[in-house]
Amino acid sequence: MLILDCPYCGTSADETELSPGGEAHIKRYGPGSSDTDFEGYLFGRENPKGVHFERWRHANGCGKWFHAARCTMTLEVFGTYAAQTFEPPQEIKDKISAKRPGWSWRDFS
Amino acid sequence: MSTRLPNAGRLIDASKQIEFSFNGKRLKGYEGDTLASALLANDQMLVGRSFKYHRPRGIVASGAEEPNALMNMGEGGQFEPNQRATTTELFDGLAAKSQNHWPSLDFDVGAINTHLARFLPAGFYYKMFIHPRPFWKHVYEPIIRKSAGLGRAPKDRDQDRYEHFYTFVDVLVVGGGVAGLQAALAAGQSGANVLLIEQTADWGGRAQVDGGEVDGKPVADWIASTLKALDDLPNVTRRDRLMGAGVYDHGYALGYERVNDHTPSNAGPRHRLWRIRAKQIVTATGAIERPLSFAGNDIPGVMLASAVRDYAVNFGVSVGDRTVVVTNNDDAYLTAIAMKNAGLDVPAILDARASANGDLVQQAIDMGIRLEFGRAIAAVKGGKRVTGVKVCAQIGEGAVLSEIDCEVVAMSGGWSPVVHLWSHCGGKLNWDVEQQMFRPDATRPPTSHDGEAMVTVAGIANGYLDLNNVLQDADQAGKNAAKAAGSKPKTAKAPTASEATISPMEPVWLMPQGAPIKKRMKAWLDFQNDVKVSDVQLAAQEGYESVEHTKRYTTLGMATDQGKLSNINGLAVLSKALNADIPQVGTTTFRPPYTPISMGAIAGEARGKVFQPLRRTPIHDWNMANGADPEPVGQWHRPFAYVEQGETVHEAVNREVLNTRQNLGLLDASTLGKIIVKGPDAGKFLDMMYTNMMSSLKPGKCRYGLVCTENGFLMDDGVVARIDDDTYLCHTTTGGADRIHAHMEEWLQTEWWDWKVYTANVTEQFAQIAVVGPNARKVLEKLGGMDVSKEALPFMTWADGIIGGFDCRAYRISFSGELSYEIAVPASQGQAFWDALIEAGQEFGVMPYGTETLHILRAEKGFIMIGDESDGTVIPQDLNLQWAISKKKEDFLGKRAQLRSHMADPDRWKLVGLETLDGSVLPDGAYVVADGTNANGQRNMIGRVTSTYYSATLDRGIAMGLVLHGPDRMGEVLDIPKTDGTIIKTRIVDPVIYDKDGEKQNV
Ligand SMILES: [Zn+2]
Repeated sequence: MLILDCPYCGTSADETELSPGGEAHIKRYGPGSSDTDFEGYLFGRENPKGVHFERWRHANGCGKWFHAARCTMTLEVFGTYAAQTFEPPQEIKDKISAKRPGWSWRDFS
Repeated sequence: MSTRLPNAGRLIDASKQIEFSFNGKRLKGYEGDTLASALLANDQMLVGRSFKYHRPRGIVASGAEEPNALMNMGEGGQFEPNQRATTTELFDGLAAKSQNHWPSLDFDVGAINTHLARFLPAGFYYKMFIHPRPFWKHVYEPIIRKSAGLGRAPKDRDQDRYEHFYTFVDVLVVGGGVAGLQAALAAGQSGANVLLIEQTADWGGRAQVDGGEVDGKPVADWIASTLKALDDLPNVTRRDRLMGAGVYDHGYALGYERVNDHTPSNAGPRHRLWRIRAKQIVTATGAIERPLSFAGNDIPGVMLASAVRDYAVNFGVSVGDRTVVVTNNDDAYLTAIAMKNAGLDVPAILDARASANGDLVQQAIDMGIRLEFGRAIAAVKGGKRVTGVKVCAQIGEGAVLSEIDCEVVAMSGGWSPVVHLWSHCGGKLNWDVEQQMFRPDATRPPTSHDGEAMVTVAGIANGYLDLNNVLQDADQAGKNAAKAAGSKPKTAKAPTASEATISPMEPVWLMPQGAPIKKRMKAWLDFQNDVKVSDVQLAAQEGYESVEHTKRYTTLGMATDQGKLSNINGLAVLSKALNADIPQVGTTTFRPPYTPISMGAIAGEARGKVFQPLRRTPIHDWNMANGADPEPVGQWHRPFAYVEQGETVHEAVNREVLNTRQNLGLLDASTLGKIIVKGPDAGKFLDMMYTNMMSSLKPGKCRYGLVCTENGFLMDDGVVARIDDDTYLCHTTTGGADRIHAHMEEWLQTEWWDWKVYTANVTEQFAQIAVVGPNARKVLEKLGGMDVSKEALPFMTWADGIIGGFDCRAYRISFSGELSYEIAVPASQGQAFWDALIEAGQEFGVMPYGTETLHILRAEKGFIMIGDESDGTVIPQDLNLQWAISKKKEDFLGKRAQLRSHMADPDRWKLVGLETLDGSVLPDGAYVVADGTNANGQRNMIGRVTSTYYSATLDRGIAMGLVLHGPDRMGEVLDIPKTDGTIIKTRIVDPVIYDKDGEKQNV
């Protein structure tokens, strides 16, 4: 039963208010893409033990999608941020670096 | 025999006698008894049979760890199996029955298994029953099902009430013993908001029985004054009969309150599930005593040493006149001393250690109790109860040195801290070699959202066994928790207790240490699941090195007590067999709940009518008052059919079908999803959402559309109407409204967030009524208003206007193949408009129709239904819907996926109509079979039935299905078996079997 802060409405939302949306920052591949790229887009996921970036929707609240950076091991939440972005904000990356020096996740570090 | 002592126990009120029954026998107990203490007071030593060998089982413990005394409790709507007698408070009229025996507790046929024990070793089920395969289903499983299992499953609906309670606190303290009280006091005095919970009705924990002095006074006095101090603090809440069941992410904890188990006739809920959010959690959950593994340690009368003195001190119950104490530590001496103080006999203390000189040992010597060091039990004598023990040397192989007659064996193998709640959410453990126990490692705690520790362990649960250390540790835990939760701790000092000299305990995992196989096969580890020392050793010998694998192979710790008594002993035996250290082998995972909690508590109030909200259309009440047979669709109750007096549901459906085809039908279609999509990029967006081109749709026009997932699978369908250049109204299926709206929002917010589009789910803002049948236009024209002629409002168009004085929007769309209008009016006008249609329609033969008629009418037309023809694995191409998939669009959700090789496979099953040769109705979900068998020996399958109905229009069964190469095999006759094995010969036909050219809808 996680608690995540919705960056839109400011609510500290209990997990019962949220619906999970899997991994964040996935690039869409459409018609014209190679089989490999498309397969990776549909099915390739990180499943890390540690720092992870996820999508959540404040479904039983303001209805907005947002991203959360958290540790899958310790359940520590490094921050939540708007979904309208291609990468995590620098301040969240800095916060992760302070707590998990040397971390990396896909192309981010 | 076991009996009641003349001096009443501290928990019972001897002036209040109450009556209860056990296996139909009427017995007497006192207020304050547990069912276990009352049974023992009535000399009921035998309380059940074990799971596998049906061995006689007696009470072993006095608390939540009890493995044996499980009862079927109550009758009818209050029946519940597997209730622990040790945690069941006695009440007047309590009716308990023992479990797992046939025909009776005293004489049990299954006990024959005990003589077959040699043939029922660890993993027996896996080894024996795997081959031959058919034997499993027809021979092994039925026999095992009959003789296995503990309690009976309840048959009646639970008549009790349950509820959930939500609360938010700074500090949750679990456990009302000395540690819990001091931790709560320290946190409370610091100003933190504290909730202190205790699973029993008795505060003070073990100290109430085991004694000691705090600040120079008896510990009982300190407990009383601390309880008062806590109650004087307005920021502390104290609740009993409330167990800490589990600790979860970010300070979430579950509490299980047994509100009325002991007072079943009281008003209010039986159980209450506390859903607690705590900034900090202190677990002061104590420890559980470990049994010793010796031959015959499961015979009724062999009990935990602490339990033996609990029954004497708390309930005034003597389990037997003569108690032999067997131990590897000082603590068990308390039992010998308590027995002596109660005037009972202690023939000997058998101490496996070579020597000991702690204070308690000295006290026992001073009391003149016979003490034998280096001794072990070679065997327990007796069958259904203990009659004596054979004594041997601990270091040997069990040569009998002497025999001692006794009725009770009080055993202690040391103590295991209750680390469950610490471990639930990731807290790690260290092995303490000196005390031979797993203790919480404070440097590796479960962490919360901020990465900081959220659980602290206090007292015995933290591995501090003596009273003074318990107090100091708990005081610090309480202060630390308050500080971490944002309060400023007071500097007040913790109370102190007198320190005692304790001689070191010695690990004893098998008694005697060189016990031969015959003894090891009688040395029980898990009393409930019948796992012995020899079973764990065999598992190790067969290569089970992981403790998690050994657990599953032997079933050690998998019973309803989840190994509270057996896990550490089993682990030690395993590690010895593997020649590894205990911490190397590791523990099994601790999972919530701590002890089983009722299903009722988990459900809470969410059952019956409040299980989920009921959504009502504006016409819902009329529907229900006019014979609607309600069918749950999503959260709605739609009329399956409107059943008239003297009619069956089937007859009603047939009447509705014929009337709609011949006269005039009305359908409450208000549940259909209605989503407004608006903005300059609305067309572009819908081109991505739908497989068809929506941007080219002209205002005033309607178009049927398909929605696919990015995986290419069909997700929903419906008619889209373009309202103006910037605005569309998208109809979805009834169940799809919220899902499709969420789907749109997901893509808008997370992929195309720069597109200028808004969506709004307006499903409930409108009542929508389908006016269907040859007389549809007549009734609308009679009501008068807007022009609904073919010319003014052709098929697949819509228009706003007024009908019968109602503001409305009329769509010329048809899901039935008839002349049809779907007319939307504001929800508030829905019932009035419906009434007007019913009244005006009388002369045209109007009748309402339900969802089954809707389904039949569409199936006659070969229209697909989401959820029937589609199931998450079907793509539009499977359903011959290529016409609704744009070839011009560069992209839409699902387009790329539909190009994958498997999606384009010509061998995908495709939609066809199915017509039985005898006119019968095909069974729902039936499969089409072909010659030959697959690798599993099953008939080859080449298709399945997706929709099947009786069509009153055609007076025979109609169906659709997905069939291999179906559209290329028109006219072929297929075999469709029924579950009884008979075959229905079925011809492949066109799915459109009614008005193929659409002449009836386009008039
Ligand atoms: Zn929000």
